Amino acid sequence: MLPFLLRRAVSSIIVMFCVVSLAFVLIRSIKGGPFEREKTPAHIVAAMEAKYQLNGSLWQQYLAYLGRLAHLDLGPSAKYRDWQVSEILAQKLPNSISIGSIAFVLASTLGVLIGSFAAMHKDQTADRVAMLGALMAISLPSFITGPALIALFALWLGWLPVGGWGTAQQMVLPALCLSGPYIAYIARLMRNSLLDVLKSDFLRTARAKGLSETAAVARHAAKIAILPVITYLGPLAAHLLTGSMIIESVFNISGAGSVFVNSIQNRDVFLLGGAVIVLCAMLVLFNLIVDLLYTVLDKRIKLHG
Amino acid sequence: MASTPAQISRPDGWALLRRNRAAMLSLYTLGFLALAALVGPMLMPEALKSTSDAQFLPPQSAGHVLGTDLNGQDLFYRLLSGARVSLGIGVAGAFLSLVIGTLYGMVSGYAGGKVDAFMMRATEVLQSVPRILFIMILIAALDDRVKDALDAARLWAQDAKWPAMEGFFRDAIPYSRILVMILSLGIVEWLTMARIVRGQVLVLREMTFVTASRAMGQSPWGVLKKHLLPNLSTIILTYLTLTIPAVILDESFLSFLGLGIEDPAASWGSLLKDGAQVINPLDSKWWLLLFPAICMSVSLLALNFLGDGLRDAFDPKSGD
Repeated sequence: MLPFLLRRAVSSIIVMFCVVSLAFVLIRSIKGGPFEREKTPAHIVAAMEAKYQLNGSLWQQYLAYLGRLAHLDLGPSAKYRDWQVSEILAQKLPNSISIGSIAFVLASTLGVLIGSFAAMHKDQTADRVAMLGALMAISLPSFITGPALIALFALWLGWLPVGGWGTAQQMVLPALCLSGPYIAYIARLMRNSLLDVLKSDFLRTARAKGLSETAAVARHAAKIAILPVITYLGPLAAHLLTGSMIIESVFNISGAGSVFVNSIQNRDVFLLGGAVIVLCAMLVLFNLIVDLLYTVLDKRIKLHG
Repeated sequence: MASTPAQISRPDGWALLRRNRAAMLSLYTLGFLALAALVGPMLMPEALKSTSDAQFLPPQSAGHVLGTDLNGQDLFYRLLSGARVSLGIGVAGAFLSLVIGTLYGMVSGYAGGKVDAFMMRATEVLQSVPRILFIMILIAALDDRVKDALDAARLWAQDAKWPAMEGFFRDAIPYSRILVMILSLGIVEWLTMARIVRGQVLVLREMTFVTASRAMGQSPWGVLKKHLLPNLSTIILTYLTLTIPAVILDESFLSFLGLGIEDPAASWGSLLKDGAQVINPLDSKWWLLLFPAICMSVSLLALNFLGDGLRDAFDPKSGD
């Protein structure tokens, strides 16, 4: 276990290093830096660049940035004066994380339940309807389903508030909208995987000893069939984090999505770098949890260091 | 030596596909949509296409079947030219990702061993990076460069005294975002394709006809081209069909955020963005949102139905 964790830690740092380097080099190679505006004189731009260590060759800038990161300092924002990157992230991330986590729970539980239900009613109407719904949820972009859900639940039925952020009711629609395609994807994954497991011998035994179909699935089959879903949870976290960008824009929520979009448009290299690092760190952590979960569920798998 | 490529016998996928009603209906719908997008704008009178003072006319007024937008342009015309851009970017971007992904997967699978392990590890790393983020950075990085390249091409045509070419490049500059989007999306979307192709190559390379060809002294590139590629074609086609909607979705997503297609070009995503910007509860310009949303939903659904049908027909084991 310990060697596995150590190896994982090393490879995660390498991954984050590569991603940050790529982001830094790409964003600094674009014409126009964070300080260039129409009327700013050249010497002021140069002075600002010197102050933020963005002068000299690309190589020097990159080393200066890495040096700062090595001191666990994400640096200042190049665009929002007097703000540290860590402060901006601390302010914006919690909103994204809360929609993301609700969506995560929704996607994994509803997806597994719908998928199992469809598999147990294979080729019946319920299965057909569920899979058709799943395909639609996967196909349609969230900026179409979002307004449609608002129109239906908020304007027409009046069950939920149209907008705003903070109360539980206000979080329902964004989270539902964000998780929709992933509920569908997981439902399809679970259905296919459960259909495979349902054919296996140990399930025949379970049925033969008199378990009802539901009990057989719940007690025996689901444990195996859920493994592909568990594998998908890592990428799911990544998709939810970036997917929340569009949800935040549709529902007018101030979250991490706008940080990304603005940092790229403003060429705010430190903010972008910081956001990329935090995002990757979260993903790496998540994949680690998934791997550990895998060993708990499937005793045949050993984590080798 | 046999010059026709060896084929693995399998149930006839095309027959299976023809029996899939949803997939066939999707195929016809897409064909019709593509035809309308290509031919439609040519048949419309110029007066309808240009901008005018008739802002925000509701549908069915003054010859505008679907109404007009902020610039007084006919929405139906904008939708059809948006279809060209959205579908075009989808097909071209998916095709670029197909070329990259197929080459990568074939080399990785055929080389095997350490090379394969390294190449697949690299795709895992890329998979764990949020895709949209890198597309955004690539768009920012490529935007100026493509514009500069087009301008350089225009100057070159000017020097070469080739006025038709010069005019072409001059007119293309405002539309350079389309090319940028194709490049950025294609560069990022190839991971699934690479993984699928590699998996197939791993199976194929152990087959007797491949071993035989190798024993007869065929070079690795020769084997890849002559024997592997023909056997990969249906699977590549399947995943191409599934990549197109993914590219269209990402394009519309970026255009909706204002990072993608810009005026004077339009895509369904950018039309939706324009519609969302002018909406307000008192005076909703619903047609600006509804019609692009319908176009987009129908084509994405059709592409996914067709892709699923192809997958059931040619790659039945893969599931999801």
